[in-house]
Amino acid sequence: MALRSDLGRVRGLGSAKDGTSHWWAQRVTAVALVPLSIWFVFSVVNLVGVDKDGFKVWLNGPGSFVLMALFLIALFYHMQLGLQVVIEDYVHNERNKVISLVLNKLLAVFLVVSSITALMRIAFGG
Amino acid sequence: MNTGNRPLSPHLQVYKPQITSVLSILHRITGIGLAAGALVLVYWLNAAAYGPDAFERAQDLLASWLGRLLLLGWTWALFYHLCNGIRHMFWDAGRGLELPQVHITGWIVVVASLGFTLISWFASYGLLGGV
Repeated sequence: MALRSDLGRVRGLGSAKDGTSHWWAQRVTAVALVPLSIWFVFSVVNLVGVDKDGFKVWLNGPGSFVLMALFLIALFYHMQLGLQVVIEDYVHNERNKVISLVLNKLLAVFLVVSSITALMRIAFGG
Repeated sequence: MNTGNRPLSPHLQVYKPQITSVLSILHRITGIGLAAGALVLVYWLNAAAYGPDAFERAQDLLASWLGRLLLLGWTWALFYHLCNGIRHMFWDAGRGLELPQVHITGWIVVVASLGFTLISWFASYGLLGGV
């Protein structure tokens, strides 16, 4: 005998009410981060000891700006998803959990906007 | 949650640490550590956006012994989380789930993450001309 209603089976959402969307987004961002993070480490290794002008030259070089922006977006999206699971696992008080989850999302948005704005200021600024 | 006075099942501390459990918790710990590292990355980019002096200060901070120690830790954490993340993708595809394979891929992740960390640091010191 099926334990779920027809509607529940059709909608396919579990107890977290968001179905597989979190799990799937975590995998998609992870796939994006495999090449992007390898590229990032390779770039940082080449940027060791560089000054601001050198940094700007690198950022205006081929691919750097776009790959860096993609890396930051995937990184902070993935970070938000990962920290969300950690909060859900360890914060059991409902009020504290909801507050932490909201702050986690806001922090991720702040960090991605802040870092990409910084990139633009370096690339286009004086 | 009120659990009353009923007996509780044994928790983590009664189990002997194994490669499977240790690598699993390391995935979470390195993930949290990398989130802290991401904050430093945002600081570093904003310092560069602010100006040459602020960027030089950031570079000096990161080049201090404490900065280098943290960067070494973050390098390993990134490679560990990356390699073990790829291991997770194989599991998601239904591959490598037999226990002997899980042990082998676990050790591959450990060795590969340490190897990539060493290669990156030798490369960066090499580019600096042995500073």
